[in-house]
Amino acid sequence: MELLSIIFEITTGHGLAALGAGAAAIGAGIGVGTIGKAALESMARQPEAADDLRANMILAAALVEGVALFGIIICLLVALG
Amino acid sequence: MCVFLPRFFEPSRSMIFRHIKRLSFTALYLGASFFTFAQTEGHDSGAMDSHATQEIHATHEEHAFHNSEAEEHGSFVAGDFIIHHIADANEIHFFGDINVPLPMIFYVEGKGFDVFMSSEFKSEGHGHNAHAIKMATGPNTGTTYTKDPDTGISAQGGEVFWDISITKSVFGMFFILIMLIVVLRSMAKSYSKKPGTAPTGLANALEPLVLFVKDDIAVPIIGKGKADKFLPFLLTTFFFIVASNLLGLIPFIGGFNITGTIGVTIVLAFFVFVISTVSGNKNYWGHLFSPPGVPNAVKLIVVPIEIFGVFLKPAVLMIRLTANISAGHIIILSFVSLIFIFNQNFGAGGGIGIGVFSTLFMIFMNLLELLVAFLQAYVFTLLAAIYFADATQEAHH
Repeated sequence: MELLSIIFEITTGHGLAALGAGAAAIGAGIGVGTIGKAALESMARQPEAADDLRANMILAAALVEGVALFGIIICLLVALG
Repeated sequence: MCVFLPRFFEPSRSMIFRHIKRLSFTALYLGASFFTFAQTEGHDSGAMDSHATQEIHATHEEHAFHNSEAEEHGSFVAGDFIIHHIADANEIHFFGDINVPLPMIFYVEGKGFDVFMSSEFKSEGHGHNAHAIKMATGPNTGTTYTKDPDTGISAQGGEVFWDISITKSVFGMFFILIMLIVVLRSMAKSYSKKPGTAPTGLANALEPLVLFVKDDIAVPIIGKGKADKFLPFLLTTFFFIVASNLLGLIPFIGGFNITGTIGVTIVLAFFVFVISTVSGNKNYWGHLFSPPGVPNAVKLIVVPIEIFGVFLKPAVLMIRLTANISAGHIIILSFVSLIFIFNQNFGAGGGIGIGVFSTLFMIFMNLLELLVAFLQAYVFTLLAAIYFADATQEAHH
């Protein structure tokens, strides 16, 4: 109950936006982590393809990050407005 | 920068066309900067709401601190501090009360232009206060302008006016524009002066970047023949974004946040949108409005999504760049804020103690931002190239 009341207290203010930012960070962490894992595995299997893989890894990571940043922007808008 | 590329990559183009292209790109950037900042002025000042911004750096301690002390004069409010530093401004702020004023340009409808320096804005109260309402009178039209930190600039008599002031970000963009033209033109000249020899000096330093954009982004993605058409834009954008990102990372010169301003990135994304739309061939439009091999019933769903995507792609480009660069600035400023928060709550010892760690983290973040500055320019250019490649794709069925 103690925890619930703390969470309630946070969420009644702009704290909900902070929770949203945290959730966006979790999502981005999972996404970028998966991409990094896959890219590392592929590079270990085929070191000669490392350059191609690296470029595609960065691209995919940027796309994931873009979605997470959408979430963060919305949180920021909530917190500011 | 486009200014040297036609000579560099497209020797077959005629001289006149080259000049027109060169001038039009420069004019577009200049025009864009004016247009943008008239528009962002309102946006940024809207975000300056002193109560709402407190939560950006939301920790428990800070939360308690705001509730008890935020309204007291002179207490440190991290949210305000951060927003003040990442928002566009009418002066370049070095430290303390040291400012460089920038020109304010207003066009009052039916009356004409007002041009004066931002130092003309004076508060009626006493001393330096970031929250004071300041006023200035236009020298030409006699309009009294009121600058409220919460709501932005308005005319006291209710006149309608256009704000095309040279703000901090516009000044930074002009600086970058001139710097890029000077540096890259001299680089281009050195190639035509000594054709066939190894580059020296600046050309030697920047050639890897130019070749990186050409050989690693444009040519493999767009295709060998077609890439030349888009290279001027891609290189211009790449160098502009890199230069603005790096300018924002230099401490103590006013903290430029050019690419972190939505008004700048919206123009860059708009160019990408226009270029990919204009250069779209029949395959592109065919895939858009009538995807081949898709049943009619499914087309009802797919086509609206595809059309939505055409507008969504540049919008995502815009938000990614802005959010990334602003986030970097916010993180560094948060570390600065920590010092002041600890100083206020736990005395000078707390401030100095946390200051050591804050500074180390700030250095680390600054180095990380150096990487991000190049990475974001790379990602923007790469995605722009992918959209151009989409628009000029050949049929492959």
